Amino acid sequence: MDLAQGVQIVSFALLSLMMIAAALGVVLLTNIVYSAFLLGGVFISIAGLYILLNADFVAAAQVLIYVGAVNVLILFAIMLVNKREDFTPLSSAGLRKGATALVCAGLFVLLSTMVLATPWSASTASVPTTESSIVRIGQHFFTDFLLPFELASVLLLIAMVGAIILARREYLPEVLQTPNVQQQVLTLPERPRELVPAVSDSSTLTSTPGDRNK
Amino acid sequence: MNSGIDLQEIFIESLMDLGIPPGAAKAIWMPLPMFLMIIGATVGVLVTVWLERKISAAAQQRIGPEYMGPFGVLAPVADGMKLVFKEDILPAQSDRLLFTLGPVLVVIPVFLSYLIVPFGQNLVITDIGTGIFLWVALSSIAPIGLLMAGYSSNNKYSLLGGLRAAAQSISYEIPLSLSVLAIVMMSNSLSTIDIVQQQSGYGILGWNIWRQPFGLIVFWICALAECERLPFDLPEAEEEIVAGYQTEYSGMKFALFYLSSYVNLVLSALLFSVLYLGGWNFPIPIDLLASLLGVSETDPWLQIITASLGIIMTILKAYFLVFLAVLLRWTVPRVRIDQLLDLGWKFLLPVSLANLLLTAALKLVFPFAFGG
Repeated sequence: MDLAQGVQIVSFALLSLMMIAAALGVVLLTNIVYSAFLLGGVFISIAGLYILLNADFVAAAQVLIYVGAVNVLILFAIMLVNKREDFTPLSSAGLRKGATALVCAGLFVLLSTMVLATPWSASTASVPTTESSIVRIGQHFFTDFLLPFELASVLLLIAMVGAIILARREYLPEVLQTPNVQQQVLTLPERPRELVPAVSDSSTLTSTPGDRNK
Repeated sequence: MNSGIDLQEIFIESLMDLGIPPGAAKAIWMPLPMFLMIIGATVGVLVTVWLERKISAAAQQRIGPEYMGPFGVLAPVADGMKLVFKEDILPAQSDRLLFTLGPVLVVIPVFLSYLIVPFGQNLVITDIGTGIFLWVALSSIAPIGLLMAGYSSNNKYSLLGGLRAAAQSISYEIPLSLSVLAIVMMSNSLSTIDIVQQQSGYGILGWNIWRQPFGLIVFWICALAECERLPFDLPEAEEEIVAGYQTEYSGMKFALFYLSSYVNLVLSALLFSVLYLGGWNFPIPIDLLASLLGVSETDPWLQIITASLGIIMTILKAYFLVFLAVLLRWTVPRVRIDQLLDLGWKFLLPVSLANLLLTAALKLVFPFAFGG
């Protein structure tokens, strides 16, 4: 076993350990902010595993999209929603937990059969490691995976155009003003703030002009 | 094509001649360029801080630092020493673990991005296939550190600053990536070496600055926004939110934020010079000069001159851009948060998309000039 192989094995062990520990932390910790930060750790560990598999482009894309966009948006949502709620025990918790366990067990069985059924040894021999992974991905995108690739890109383009139109309000028609409909007042889930008048104002408000002359 | 000096090969070969096995020789070589690059980046920050002080003084008709060393060059060193010896304060109600982890998460990706900055044909830590995409990916990790710092400080100004930083960083990442993508499309490669190679050959006329006039402006605006430089320094706007996510930080942790912002500025300037200003190329092709003077391409001293000229050119171009950034900082007022997001989403994003389409069309029509 030479140096490169040793480094690979050690980093694989470290990354797997990191990923499993972080994923358990995401599920088990009660503080949702910690869970969100640990989710970033899970994504980065997965990117590390991709690098070990010689898929450097996929690893960079994983970091860019999952850590840089998805995880930041999750954190954003958590920090903008200023709601601290204690966890209340639900009614019929046993049934819910049973259903969850059933779904999880089903997923586990499905994935295990997939792992056992896939002929893993065939793929390692045919893949040349010298070629850049970008070239291979590009070739697959424009030959046998053309339709899914084009569908996904059109979907993303539609989403982006939609976002731009939503942001540029002038393209949208003005909301029709119907005077009879009572508008629901939206409030932030914060505690109401008492208005504290400034000191100079309070003296004029509370005291009559006659008091001041005393 | 003559590739110039390859220090790595020479070093490893000379170690192997001493009887060290090739694996160990490579392992001995690997930390050397990394260490050198970290030192270089830190020195670059000191120079940038000094430039910032001197140029801001000139912009305001002051003298600036004068007595700390010749022309005050030791002022940034004094700054650094002060920060190192300052007390490290943990706010009472803060989240200690996240408070410590925040600055670390901001600094590491910035230094890691120096992996791909080339100073010559072989003067780069690694020429990986992902290249410039690695920088885009790594720079997207920093907002998590900023959010972490803002949240854990338990201070409303910090949280506001962290949220602003994350919003700004996400918004400007997209036009930045699109303008980089236009360059990548022309050079048919993500590798920074290939991007510079594609611009070499015709001297200053071959640089991407002529082929990507819109991409260049979009890239520089987005790079300034990513570095939180003054037209876009909302995350730490002093007049509104004290110092943003840095409010509660002191000592070495604050120094890490300070360091990362300047390292990021130098890095952006270096990558700008790689992407648009021909990297290590001299404005007049050196091959042409050498053939005019009748010097052979394989001449050892010509190769040494070429290599050192390459390093000097890269750094000169980068510092020209740093100078522009500093000048912008001291002459341009800060934008508001709505103006910032408007500029990012409604102006830069459509412009960079149009630039990408235009580049693709030009590449199809004029393949000789746009790297068909």
